[in-house]
Amino acid sequence: MTTMQRLSRVNAINWNRLQDDKDLEVWNRLTSNFWLPEKVPLSNDIQSWNTLTQQEKQLTIRVFTGLTLLDTIQSSVGAPVLMEDARTPHEEAVYTNIAFMESVHARSYSSIFSTLCATRDVDDAFRWSEENPTLQAKSELILERYRSDDPLMRKVASVFLESFLFYSGFYLPMYWSSHAKLTNTADLIRLIIRDEAVHGYYIGYKFQQALAEATPERQQEVKDYAYELLLELYDNEVRYTESLYDEVGLSEDVKKFLHYNANKALMNLGFEPLFPSSVTDVDPTIMAALSPNADENHDFFSGSGSSYVIGKAVATEDDDWSF
Amino acid sequence: MLVDAAAESSRAGSIVYFSTKSGNTHRFVQKLGLAAQRLPLGREEPTLRIDTPYILITPTYGGGGVKGAVPGQVIRFLNDEHNRRLIRGVIAAGNTNFGDAYGLAGRIISEKCHVPLLYRFELFGTDDDVARVRKGVEEFWKRQT
Repeated sequence: MTTMQRLSRVNAINWNRLQDDKDLEVWNRLTSNFWLPEKVPLSNDIQSWNTLTQQEKQLTIRVFTGLTLLDTIQSSVGAPVLMEDARTPHEEAVYTNIAFMESVHARSYSSIFSTLCATRDVDDAFRWSEENPTLQAKSELILERYRSDDPLMRKVASVFLESFLFYSGFYLPMYWSSHAKLTNTADLIRLIIRDEAVHGYYIGYKFQQALAEATPERQQEVKDYAYELLLELYDNEVRYTESLYDEVGLSEDVKKFLHYNANKALMNLGFEPLFPSSVTDVDPTIMAALSPNADENHDFFSGSGSSYVIGKAVATEDDDWSF
Repeated sequence: MLVDAAAESSRAGSIVYFSTKSGNTHRFVQKLGLAAQRLPLGREEPTLRIDTPYILITPTYGGGGVKGAVPGQVIRFLNDEHNRRLIRGVIAAGNTNFGDAYGLAGRIISEKCHVPLLYRFELFGTDDDVARVRKGVEEFWKRQT
């Protein structure tokens, strides 16, 4: 087992002397992406919420409660244990930002609840979350790694939480959005999705740095553990997905979204994707819901080339462009 | 540092790319297995000078606004008019989690330099992405000549 050089004492942090430029780059990204739920006019969704059936409402509240649990774990356990393993004071500071933003995410779901839902229904969902075996199982699988004394596996678990486990939940608001429902709620969820991408990327980057210093045997061992944990989480995610989405007939498409995001979680760790493209073909309306204002397909290679038009020059604010 | 691009002149065109320390774009380019030159990582290092037509591959920074989406090192490379004249297309890395800003650097460069955004991929790309880009690049250069 490799020993990581942890910070042994606290020194005043000097942001003008960096050991790793990536720390400042990510700090800047995270702070410029800062937001609060009050920024999103959730009350504009009240009418839309009232068009959902009782079954759809219950599903939505349960999905958001499940997401709240993951955000809570990440904020109060995940980010703090990563802080202990930090190798630069700036890395530690980035985790303080991640910890706080996860609290903002958890807080946001309660804003959605208080704006749209009946208190009794929400209380029921929180009770459900404490008793649901698959939700508790995923929480336990992650917490087990966080409690272990293996810094590399702590990062693996953290990346799987950030880049894989959220997506059985994120699917639903994207689905509603693609049906022009709960569109303000979807705007808020997109802010969370954006944050999680930076978290997964950064923790994965720090993981890859630490892994590169390990012996080849240890590297192989960690890689095996990582794929093993992913498959364990995946089996549980499939059960969780079916228990929630079978009744609305969406389970199969949610699973594609799981495969797609599991691949990205592995890539954040520097590992090859596991699921072939035949099972990652998420419904295009869900992918489109991720970027609601984007123009149609820009890709020259993947679209039909003849329909391609080069865009008109758009003024960018980068001072550095000199032409 | 002046890179000798003459060795590449027999080819239709080459790849020029930027990749940060995380190395995702570098890994994608390695998988492509096409002739490629990497832009210097350090902001203080002099940029490359290219003498043959090329396709630029770049990651997208930020995850939100237009500002800062294109890495500074790429901007400096394109600010050289000689380099800019030879760009024929751009490929952008990114993450669909960034929504409308997915691969935004590619869109900005496409608009500024009046060249097509050829493709977008996530992180270091899947095998399918690699195969599509390899085939697409080959056909692209054929059409150019």
